[in-house]
Amino acid sequence: MSELDPYLIPALDGVAYGLLLFVVAAGLVLSFGVAGILNLAHGTLYAIGAYVAAWLADGGWAAVPLALVAGVAASTAAGTALAGLLTPVKRGDHLTQALLTFGLALAGGSLLVSAFGPDDLPVRVPAVLDRPIDLAGHSYAAYRLVFIVVAAVIAVGLYLTVTRTRAGMLVRAAVDDPQMVACLGVNPTRVRVGVLAVSGALAGLAGVLGAPIIGPGPSTAATVLLLSLVVVVLGGLSSVGGTLLAALAVGEIQTLGVALLPTTAPFLLYAAMAVILAARARGVLRRWSTA
Amino acid sequence: MKRLILLPACAAAVAVPWVVDDYTTATLARLLVLGLVGVSVALLTGVTGLPTLGQTAPFAAGAYAAAQLGLHDVAVGPVRLVAAAGVGAAFALLTAPLVVYARGVFVLMITLAIGELAITVASRWKSVTGGTDGLIAAPSFDTDRGRYLYALLVAGVVVALVLLVLRSPAGLLLRASRDDEARMRASGHPVTAYLTGAYVAAGAIAGVGGALLVTTQQYVSPADFSFDTAALLLLGVVIGGAGSMLGAVAGTALVFAARDWFSGLLPGHAPLLLGALFVLTAYLLPRGVAGFDWRRIGRRDRAAKGAR
Repeated sequence: MSELDPYLIPALDGVAYGLLLFVVAAGLVLSFGVAGILNLAHGTLYAIGAYVAAWLADGGWAAVPLALVAGVAASTAAGTALAGLLTPVKRGDHLTQALLTFGLALAGGSLLVSAFGPDDLPVRVPAVLDRPIDLAGHSYAAYRLVFIVVAAVIAVGLYLTVTRTRAGMLVRAAVDDPQMVACLGVNPTRVRVGVLAVSGALAGLAGVLGAPIIGPGPSTAATVLLLSLVVVVLGGLSSVGGTLLAALAVGEIQTLGVALLPTTAPFLLYAAMAVILAARARGVLRRWSTA
Repeated sequence: MKRLILLPACAAAVAVPWVVDDYTTATLARLLVLGLVGVSVALLTGVTGLPTLGQTAPFAAGAYAAAQLGLHDVAVGPVRLVAAAGVGAAFALLTAPLVVYARGVFVLMITLAIGELAITVASRWKSVTGGTDGLIAAPSFDTDRGRYLYALLVAGVVVALVLLVLRSPAGLLLRASRDDEARMRASGHPVTAYLTGAYVAAGAIAGVGGALLVTTQQYVSPADFSFDTAALLLLGVVIGGAGSMLGAVAGTALVFAARDWFSGLLPGHAPLLLGALFVLTAYLLPRGVAGFDWRRIGRRDRAAKGAR
């Protein structure tokens, strides 16, 4: 136990980081898997939530629901606007979609910087949570512990929504066979707008809750986008469980990996991705390309 | 008609360093290098139908190979160029299994990951790349004019080679694989091998671009190969009309010139203008200036789906 002791805190941090990535990546999986859109502005949706949290949070409890509602609403609105802007672009025209969403990410990032300044903003959490608590002889930030619980609840909720509800059934059906879903009388445009709105809401939720972990700043959008892309690649599009596992793995590599192997950890992330892609290149991509 | 325009354009490109100042010449040389990398992006995106965000990776590999050779006193230009092309091609050969089985948006995502991996390696492998501080390369020409003309000569030869190959049966096979993969496979063509060949060739071209970058800029750092560069390359290629090689050179040069111009025009707000340029291109020029028929890519997706 004593040898493992120094790694307890990084491992716990990895769980917090991984769950945060899971909530963001779930939104990306939705827009990618269901609507077939590689949304390069997804990180910007997270950044919107994080900036709103930094702007509203004043260290009191009242600010928490306010920031949650405002942040999620702002990101949902941005996601819906994105769906509207993407409407003239044909489904399957990936290049135009990529150019459009990257352009919006650039412009959106620039607007966020002009509105909130070029520095990384500090985020104030309620005073009760803004202190270390004792955890098996280590002090650990109370907020992160609470975040792990809240994010786990969100993850379970997402899982139940996808596997048990009618909306979740629709999502899974749209991943497997979008034409059939359209034939069954479900309007593809509504599916697309709905998916991008929910995807924005998830990114915003992650942004507000995760702001004290991956804080708002000029590079936030790019960091979050790339990490959640890695999660999507590692997890595939087949299951919520796969995405969760991939997110936790990425989180652990980023924290525990750095503690254990400081020099090789940065490569580990992408090496893992390359290995998994190479191992499953044919099978998974066949499956993906029919998605 | 096209040739009538091309000849004076070539003459103007050779004459321009005697007309403009040194700073403009150096800028033009850099734009030319990026235009050459744009050719490799266009070869994949337009001709082969593999839209890519990852050509910055063989670009970086070639640049660091050339810079290392320069530091080890290999001053002969062609040796560096061949070495850089070889390293770029080898990199592409290694990553080809990840790319050539994928189609459409999956290629974008996988190549993006490859590009990011390359930046990570470039900023961490300090003994070879100098990390984020970058490498200062040994100067190979005394004047900006010399560096520009060298870049122009190499880029011109490479683009001419690409155009020749695309006119040959090899180009026909690539375009046919893009337009109707299922039919090509049914007639017994090894489409995957063709795509691999094109991907490796594009890697070699990007590698040559890397060697030229070291020559023209005399400095190389991971910032030269960022995700933004990859996205701007793709934008330039789309503006140039993804199927056209000369369009790719012009489009890429235009986009990077616009970026430099924007940051002088509105300091701090360049990304906003650049983002607007992306959005405008997506809406107004989905077929590029050269009028590339984008419906073909959609057709290919459908054809591939129909086969399964």
